[in-house]
Amino acid sequence: MTNYRVIFDITRTHLLSRIKQSGVAALGVTFGIGMFITMISFMTGLNGLLDGLILNRTPHIHIYNEIEPSESQPVDLLTDFDQSFTVVSSIKPKQSQVRIHNALPLISQLRKDERVKGVTPQVNANVFYLAGSIQLNGMITGIHVLDELELFNFGDYIVEGDPKGLVKNNKGILLGSGIAAKMSVRIGDRIQVKSVNGSIIPLKIVGIFQSGLATVDNVQSYVNLKTAQQLQGGGNDYISDINVKLYDMELAPKMSKEISSQHKLTAIDIKTANAQFDTGSSARNLITYVVSITLLTVAGFGIYNILNMLIYEKMNDIAILKATGFSGNDVKLIFMSQAILIGLVGGIMGLLLGLTGSFIIDNIPYNTPSLPTITTYPITYNYRYYLIGITFALVSTFLAGYLPAKKAEKIDPVDIIRGQ
Amino acid sequence: MSKVLEAKNIQKHFRFPVDFHVLKDISFSIEHGEFVSIMGKSGCGKSTLLYILSTMDTDYEGELYLDEKLITNNTANELARLRNEKIGFVFQFHYLLPEFTVLDNVMLPARKLGRKSFDEIREDALEKLRLLDIYDQAHKKATMISGGQKQRVAIARALINDPVIIMGDEPTGNLDSKNSDTVFNIFRDLSLEQKFSLLVVTHDQDFADKTDRIIEMGDGRIIKQ
Repeated sequence: MTNYRVIFDITRTHLLSRIKQSGVAALGVTFGIGMFITMISFMTGLNGLLDGLILNRTPHIHIYNEIEPSESQPVDLLTDFDQSFTVVSSIKPKQSQVRIHNALPLISQLRKDERVKGVTPQVNANVFYLAGSIQLNGMITGIHVLDELELFNFGDYIVEGDPKGLVKNNKGILLGSGIAAKMSVRIGDRIQVKSVNGSIIPLKIVGIFQSGLATVDNVQSYVNLKTAQQLQGGGNDYISDINVKLYDMELAPKMSKEISSQHKLTAIDIKTANAQFDTGSSARNLITYVVSITLLTVAGFGIYNILNMLIYEKMNDIAILKATGFSGNDVKLIFMSQAILIGLVGGIMGLLLGLTGSFIIDNIPYNTPSLPTITTYPITYNYRYYLIGITFALVSTFLAGYLPAKKAEKIDPVDIIRGQ
Repeated sequence: MSKVLEAKNIQKHFRFPVDFHVLKDISFSIEHGEFVSIMGKSGCGKSTLLYILSTMDTDYEGELYLDEKLITNNTANELARLRNEKIGFVFQFHYLLPEFTVLDNVMLPARKLGRKSFDEIREDALEKLRLLDIYDQAHKKATMISGGQKQRVAIARALINDPVIIMGDEPTGNLDSKNSDTVFNIFRDLSLEQKFSLLVVTHDQDFADKTDRIIEMGDGRIIKQ
């Protein structure tokens, strides 16, 4: 029979009468858990930032028409040479169109696919930006601004102006920051763009685009899809690229194979396009886990040490309690409940410390040219880390308290009394 | 008269570092209301015997009856319950819990027993403290009172569950003669007026002479009783 109120009263008196010692024990837990939460929030925040750098702007599947030599040559059709080794020299790629054939039906078919989150068509056009007598080489991509904003976080790379200015505005352009600097133009200025076939279109700058890669920012600009089609001299169905975003990125390789075999198009999935990125990402995740586990383990041993000391100092009390009729189980409960209380209080303070630490890091300025919209260090606020933190605080104090409490349960009061 | 405590052929060995036969065939009994002292020189095994009788040491051969029930081979939990309910123990060194007040120290065994409500236990404890003339110290921390007072608090704690027997391990061994006398008189009164049974280990001849019966031990045996 156990009278839990008495047990709890003893626990409370033990903890409160040595508030400093209990406080230090709880602080040990607090620092361990707080550091764990801060570190993992920061590291996953950084990882997310780096992942986002690639993933957000890369379509899961990129569909386009690659200009390449035919795989089968006319000679292959002749059965006479079945058993022979044929050599065809000087193979040239077949004359074919850059646009995707039947793009609009393909897009609507992709949109119906339940794996697909969104599809955006693009028109790429080589152009010259005209600045006085100088012609700057460049590349213009026609986009569906709203879709790009939604699916590929396009807004992150617009450093000035509003990308929505392109919507329904066939005379607007989001100019690359490098070109803008070279041509000394600002938002509101007009520039002229000359297409490869000679037509010149005047455009008004509605925003400045900066990807962080100078080679891109020096050539790349964005316009409305219609404007690009006009530059290419094509109609509504002139689409050169289709970008697909899936719900599950892992399906990309399989689906890109389906598309390329069904439609005789080149479809590149994100895994193939960013193989080296994938490796880096998993390595960073591994480091995050290792650091987290190390932090928690170190915290766990600290907790064990402090609780161990706490209980060994109480040997005399254990003897008295046992001599006056408290059972081994009672004594174990007294020390276990002390350990768990320390874990709970320290753990909750640790959550607050972790939140504070995350908040502080979240407000440290951090400027990187590759991500113009990021101004402070990235932090992930994920309730799971807090759950892991408090669970670990409770489990580790339970375990750390269990071993010495088990010893207290077993100890023979006579041994202690004799030792005096 | 009923026997509150009976030992039959108790044997005890210390097995480490070498086998040592401490208690040899100890048999005796204590009647209800008796005040018995165990005398003997240091090392004769009297404290060891007391730890066995108090159920704290279970490593022995022979049979032990408490309140006419065999308690040898009871489980640790059953023995803890018996100590709580039926045995009051007074040590040579007071043994109070230092973080608790005098009153809490006295109340703890009764709260563990859980037979009465908190308020009843509190009343009982204050009553015992008044009986032992330390009522005014009730709310002090156990570390803040003198040695003689501590020993009286320990006696109050031993009394709180109205045990069938009170055992003392040199309860006056650490006290000056004035405090020794006070403690002895308390035991005497408990025996005479409240009909408690008492078993006290001592090597104070004066103390022993004043008890009802002396069990004299030497070299692990009872020499005379």
